[in-house]
Amino acid sequence: MSLQSRLESGQFAISCEFGPLKGTDTHEIKENIEVLKGKVDAANVTDQQSSVMRLSGLITASLCVQGGLEPIFQMTCRDRNRIALQSDLLGAWVMGIKNVLALTGDLPALGDHPQAKGVFDLDSVTLLSAITRLNEGFDMSGNELKGKPAFFPGAVVKVESNTEASTELQIAKMQKKIAAGAKFFQTQAVYDPKSFEKFMKRVEKFKVPVMMGIIPLKNAGFAKFMNANVAGIRVPDDLIQKMSAAAKEDREKTGIQIAADLIKKMKPMCQGVHIMAIGWEKKVPQIMALAGL
Amino acid sequence: MILSEQKHFDEIIAYLEKDQSVFIMGCKGCAQSSGSGGPKQVEEMKNKLTEAGKKVTGTKAVDFLCEKALIKSELKGKIEQLKAADSVLVLTCGIGVQCVAAAVNKPVYPGCNTVNLGGSRGEWEGSERCFECGQCLLFHTGGICPLTACTKSLVSGACGGANNGKCEISKDRDCGWELIYNRLKAKGQLNRLADMMKPLDHKKIMPRPEMMGTPKYGLENPPKVEASPAPPANPAKEVK
Repeated sequence: MSLQSRLESGQFAISCEFGPLKGTDTHEIKENIEVLKGKVDAANVTDQQSSVMRLSGLITASLCVQGGLEPIFQMTCRDRNRIALQSDLLGAWVMGIKNVLALTGDLPALGDHPQAKGVFDLDSVTLLSAITRLNEGFDMSGNELKGKPAFFPGAVVKVESNTEASTELQIAKMQKKIAAGAKFFQTQAVYDPKSFEKFMKRVEKFKVPVMMGIIPLKNAGFAKFMNANVAGIRVPDDLIQKMSAAAKEDREKTGIQIAADLIKKMKPMCQGVHIMAIGWEKKVPQIMALAGL
Repeated sequence: MILSEQKHFDEIIAYLEKDQSVFIMGCKGCAQSSGSGGPKQVEEMKNKLTEAGKKVTGTKAVDFLCEKALIKSELKGKIEQLKAADSVLVLTCGIGVQCVAAAVNKPVYPGCNTVNLGGSRGEWEGSERCFECGQCLLFHTGGICPLTACTKSLVSGACGGANNGKCEISKDRDCGWELIYNRLKAKGQLNRLADMMKPLDHKKIMPRPEMMGTPKYGLENPPKVEASPAPPANPAKEVK
């Protein structure tokens, strides 16, 4: 069953994500596809994540289609203007890619080519409008397409914000994304069921499926690093303590168990889970089994 | 004012690799204020180049190097020094370099980089910046420009990168959209956050073709210095 049919029929959906590597070696991509197909409903393919140059996400998503794993093609506005974005979208549809996650993208200054020009001709909202327009059979200038796609567009939202302005701006932008055509949301990783519940209470009236994000903790330092450096991630102290208390050989098990427990707790509040394993892609089936998925 | 900063000396020396002698020019306007090409910096450059084995045939800091008529009159007493030089090094913004290059029939090299001020025009205390976008959006954003206040120039709202109200690019830079939110809230205009914005029209951000054809844009009549090469035809005139 496709991600779209699953979410539209109200069934709990599972996605994960992996990033293409720097270079032409596709062994790991193919291994990940083999491990994940038939287990998750779809897998995000990142788009030069953190502004670090890698193999094209469009090509990697095509490899997923060929390998039998449904991709969610992440598309950022950092590297392409509206001509290239629309062209790649048409190409993605031709290659059998149905899900597109529209993102603004990180600044090039934060990546490994800090001298690069950040394009940002469109942003996440206007990219969603462009996808909607392509689905209707027209490009952004109103020219008719010969053959049109039927993308299932999605977007992201941050659950944890540490200022009132940031919280309200996230909700306001989520509404704009829905107005522009977003049919599902994936969230930044959440570790606090209480704040997730509060967030879901505010957004459930929008009636758009939300997939909770989770990143399995690898060790206490990893959690502290995310708290200090990743906007929208807040790992509570008790989880960090659990990770610190675990013996070195048990850390992986503890991190996976914490992720599974959090999924169990928050599953009733939302419509799906998005597991960002960051190098632990092959352990996703284990996390799912422990979470009872 | 236009902000400029001196290039690394290694880069300047590389320009002069094949030249034995050089004439240095500066500007007592913006370059002097920037500390990159006033009389003091011209003198310092003269000493550094001499130390590096170059012959400095002469120097001149002009009041406003962007005024070509002024360059010509100020250089009158320096013709022999200028003639003796293989090239001219100009310690100003890009406009000054272009003016000298147009007025003097010698190779002219830039000694400075002109710094992008991100929409700042002139030097004053304040945080307001204009992007000159040709499609003013301030109605929607509480009178704070999202193009200059947001690092990504986002028109649809904040990205997810802000942390404690600061931009992901630097802990010293406020998130532009959080400033906009707080302003709208103070003015009772939070409903503006729902405004659906069109993508920017980059055609309006480019200088207009009709503007580029006017003397205002810099396509002046031919400079009247004999040493200068034949100027290109003036397209504005040809149209008429």
